[in-house]
Amino acid sequence: MGKKTPLYKNHLASHAKIIDFAGWDMPLHYGSQLLEHQCVREDAGIFDVSHMAVIDIAGEGATSYLRFLLANNVDRLIPGKALYTCMLNEQGGIIDDLIVYKREESLYRLVINAGTTEKDLTWMQSCIKNFPATLTKRESVIIATQGPKTVEKITAIFPENVHEIAQLKPFHALSFQEFFVARTGYTGEDGFEWILPKEKAADFWQKLIEKKFSPCGLGARDTLRLEAGLNLYGTDMDETVTPLESNLSWTVAFEPKERNFIGRLALEEQLKTGVKQKLVGLVLEQGIPRHHHKVIVEGIGEGEVTSGSFSPTLKKGIALARVPQGEFDRCVVDIRGKKMIAAVIKPPFLKQKRG
Amino acid sequence: MSQIPKTLRYSKTHEWVRKEDDHYTVGITDHAQNMLGDLVYIELPDIESHLESGQECAVVESVKAAADIYCPLAGEVIEINEAIIDNPQLINEDPYGQGWLFRIKPFENTNIELLTAAQYTQQVASEAH
Repeated sequence: MGKKTPLYKNHLASHAKIIDFAGWDMPLHYGSQLLEHQCVREDAGIFDVSHMAVIDIAGEGATSYLRFLLANNVDRLIPGKALYTCMLNEQGGIIDDLIVYKREESLYRLVINAGTTEKDLTWMQSCIKNFPATLTKRESVIIATQGPKTVEKITAIFPENVHEIAQLKPFHALSFQEFFVARTGYTGEDGFEWILPKEKAADFWQKLIEKKFSPCGLGARDTLRLEAGLNLYGTDMDETVTPLESNLSWTVAFEPKERNFIGRLALEEQLKTGVKQKLVGLVLEQGIPRHHHKVIVEGIGEGEVTSGSFSPTLKKGIALARVPQGEFDRCVVDIRGKKMIAAVIKPPFLKQKRG
Repeated sequence: MSQIPKTLRYSKTHEWVRKEDDHYTVGITDHAQNMLGDLVYIELPDIESHLESGQECAVVESVKAAADIYCPLAGEVIEINEAIIDNPQLINEDPYGQGWLFRIKPFENTNIELLTAAQYTQQVASEAH
């Protein structure tokens, strides 16, 4: 038996099919992954993502610590704003990807992946030693409300705060009552992620269900994030690759030059010698590409599918794939011995509606 | 609990078989479609193709995974279910009815070794542990 979030009983009551995910018993779907996917694209859904970890960094050294720890630069943040970033090792390999929120001048909140939590904490503890800052893991629940009708449906739950919630810009957050709410997500749709105390979780979840948010599982979360062109840690990237090989160059802040962050030297070296591979999107008219399928780029070389699935919105096979550098707009995917042609695109697969 | 009709025969690899006149209709079990989740893509054998028992002959893909279908008996494919190619979810909705995969006419002297519903029920139960 794996770890259970405080919402486990709610999931069972909604007939969730439970699977193991990084040691957690999590809902895969509540009947139909495809309907849940569609619901988030057209209406509004909710996800229990409490398996992810919430970490607060506080103290006068918090900013300088995070300037050193993270590849993106928290100097860009004012209180209430968030940033997507990678945390790298000395070789530039990706230890994890995360969102960092600046809450106050010397108070930050990080949300990290479930499968990497222990590893991340060990790493972050070892790096914090020389900084006057503390690191605290919070026992919280995280619920994501995602989809075009999110704001409309939230209104009835928070009549007094609806204005400030609705006014939140993408990648901004605010706190009220016992809620921490951010206009972020992992689906490519408008929506929020809510961090709240464990004791409040079941009540809030129930309110959302009453307002006709559909519970959605990790299955739909995966196809939604893939259509949105968002990487999944452990699948599309890990410690063996750098952000420059993972379509995440935009998250690395090389300016200002004097900021020394972990992995910087390795990335500069890689830029100098040339980045050998890149992460691209593939769209197939026939066949469904899957993780580890071989990708052949004629005259250039071979690569591999890192994430592949059927796109419920496009009704086609789509994939993220790591391929050799070069200019090409077509390749071939070896799907169980069959050579299928794929168009090469820059993710996302769907036009972004938010932002 | 998934349905396992008593009137059908089953393979260890989760196909079902129904005898109809001189041929057999083949599909995947309710248990199999449940495990796979929403199906989105189907590849069926060619009509008139000759298949051996246990041969990989079709692929059903759900959103997340592809599963091979093994032919439960040796014979010649005489009909395939075109409807599921356009609407793979028929298999999820009606695995023993509209979601059938193909019809096969056994070769002469074909030895057909399949599980009864009771035996298949037992197998599904043992896989759950």
